[in-house]
Amino acid sequence: MSGELIIFIVLGAVAIASAVGMLTSKHAVYAALFLVLNFATVAIFYLMLGSPFIALSQVTVYGGAIMVLFLFVIMLLGAESIKAELSWKKVAAPLVLAVVLLVQAFLVVVSKTGVSDLAADTTIAGASPVPLAESLFTTYLLPFEITSILLLVAMVGAIVLTKQEKKGVVK
Amino acid sequence: MISIDLYLGLAVILFSIGALGVLIRRNSLVVFMSIELMLNAANLVFVTFARHYSADPAMVNNGQIFVFFVMTVAAAEVAVGLALIVTIFKNKNTIDIDQLNKLKG
Repeated sequence: MSGELIIFIVLGAVAIASAVGMLTSKHAVYAALFLVLNFATVAIFYLMLGSPFIALSQVTVYGGAIMVLFLFVIMLLGAESIKAELSWKKVAAPLVLAVVLLVQAFLVVVSKTGVSDLAADTTIAGASPVPLAESLFTTYLLPFEITSILLLVAMVGAIVLTKQEKKGVVK
Repeated sequence: MISIDLYLGLAVILFSIGALGVLIRRNSLVVFMSIELMLNAANLVFVTFARHYSADPAMVNNGQIFVFFVMTVAAAEVAVGLALIVTIFKNKNTIDIDQLNKLKG
């Protein structure tokens, strides 16, 4: 058993356990913190797959920006926990469906790729920031520009949705 | 070295847990987090296949570029979705998705 396999098993156990913890925690803040742990382990998987830049953007974008936004909204609303959640009667049918999804996805995805071990070297030539940026600004220039419009629209939408209506102003 | 199947299997498990979370949780914030978990599992598959095809110079970083786009869409989705949740909470004073049944006949 190689060292990398041991690391994979331990990290995979942490990832699955934190995902299940997010699912079962009653308090939304705990769920968010479990999700941060899950994102961190996935970032380490990206490192193991030889994509350091993706791993670091995972940490900054998901672990940083998105989860801070989540925690901020949870604490802003003060609605962390909902009473009488997760009763067995309601969980049973979705659980069966999720297991069916799991088995089907395993059958379809896993072992269909002509089983192969990943290449031995841990760095990909195209995974460093320079080649990534090159193809982002040449091959994928149009999607990149459309992405900026998407972000602008999302920003304007978020502001408009949460804007306070002024009371007593006749239009 | 590690087989590609291990990574794919892990991504499948994480995706299924996320789908289960969307189905069973009633707190809409946690439902949202489950959606993030599913997007993350998809990203893991992208990066795994980027590694798998890293010998092919034509597609060496295509998977990683797609991860970038997924991250951008996830960020935009979170901003708008959380704004929606805040607005719903202001109007109905709850984020329990079972209570949001005004459209039900």
